[in-house]
Amino acid sequence: MLECKEVTKKYGRKTAVDHVSLNLEPGRVYAMLGPNGSGKTTLMKMVVGLVKPTSGEILYNGQPVGVESRRDIAYMSTEPYFYSWMTVKDVGKYYQDFFEDFSMERYERILNQMDLTMDLKSKTLSSGMMAKLKIAVTMARRAKIYLLDEPLNGIDLLARDEIVRCVLDVIAPDVTLMVSSHLVDELEKVADVAVFMKESHLVMACGIEQMREEKGKSVVDMYREIYGHGGIEQ
Amino acid sequence: MEYNSSIPIYLQVMMSIKRDIVTERLKLGEKLPSVRDLALQYTINPNTANRVYKELENEKVCFTRRGMGTFVTEDEDRAMQMKAEMAQELIDEFLKGMKYIGISAEEAINLVKRQSKEETKKIS
Repeated sequence: MLECKEVTKKYGRKTAVDHVSLNLEPGRVYAMLGPNGSGKTTLMKMVVGLVKPTSGEILYNGQPVGVESRRDIAYMSTEPYFYSWMTVKDVGKYYQDFFEDFSMERYERILNQMDLTMDLKSKTLSSGMMAKLKIAVTMARRAKIYLLDEPLNGIDLLARDEIVRCVLDVIAPDVTLMVSSHLVDELEKVADVAVFMKESHLVMACGIEQMREEKGKSVVDMYREIYGHGGIEQ
Repeated sequence: MEYNSSIPIYLQVMMSIKRDIVTERLKLGEKLPSVRDLALQYTINPNTANRVYKELENEKVCFTRRGMGTFVTEDEDRAMQMKAEMAQELIDEFLKGMKYIGISAEEAINLVKRQSKEETKKIS
């Protein structure tokens, strides 16, 4: 459904993503793992079509990604992107204007689960609440692919559970999810496939349950092997 | 539920369901949650939840009724057998641990007997 073929992105002399090939299949949850600066965000931005690869190509249903594919691909970036004067409700309307697949009803339901109300002003939100709002507005789209960049960053344990539940809720046979994180263990039980990025390369993509079954190894074990013992929690 | 991250999640959830059956928190013939609800309940991926039911079905611990969902087996013998299997696993684990610290099976049995006598004393 989504194919990255030898995708490379260079910023001046720095190579952010180096010849990455990866196939994303429907019905699966991918955990993109790697330390900060390993190329996770750049790769996601290329998949959404916000950043153009220097070389290689990314195809969605056989077509190069761009304006068209953005209808089906929901992306949540790390940086907050709402105006401070907006209320939670305004954020929803803003999204409704942009995306045909946005459902106000679904938005309300998710907000409800997360204990957020429509009248809250975005500038008064704590960082945890802001993270929930970003997730709510992204997941309220009925997209085919969801790309979530560090959704669990700086979030307390309880809010994390809520976010994970909300993410689990959209999984369907025709939906693909990719979640990036450097909090490895958080994604351990939710993801099907672990994609390890290191120094702008894709080191490995492997089935997580398969890894446990065949090698008795957890994602954290693999992470340690790939990045060395200092690699965790940078 | 706390997971051991080196053991396949589906096995751990299967074990948890079996434990609920053996302790009668789940009754024989009782309807189990849908795949989706199971996934949410255990915060696991629906693909994993699906696999849990498939494997439990293979082991005849549960069965599906077309269009109605998944149910706990109605077979009492199967439940007894599950209990026996679990007991066996606990005993194996126990004896292995004892052997590791240099206590033979016989000594271990005597220790257990003494312990259980004291416990009956305490109760009476």
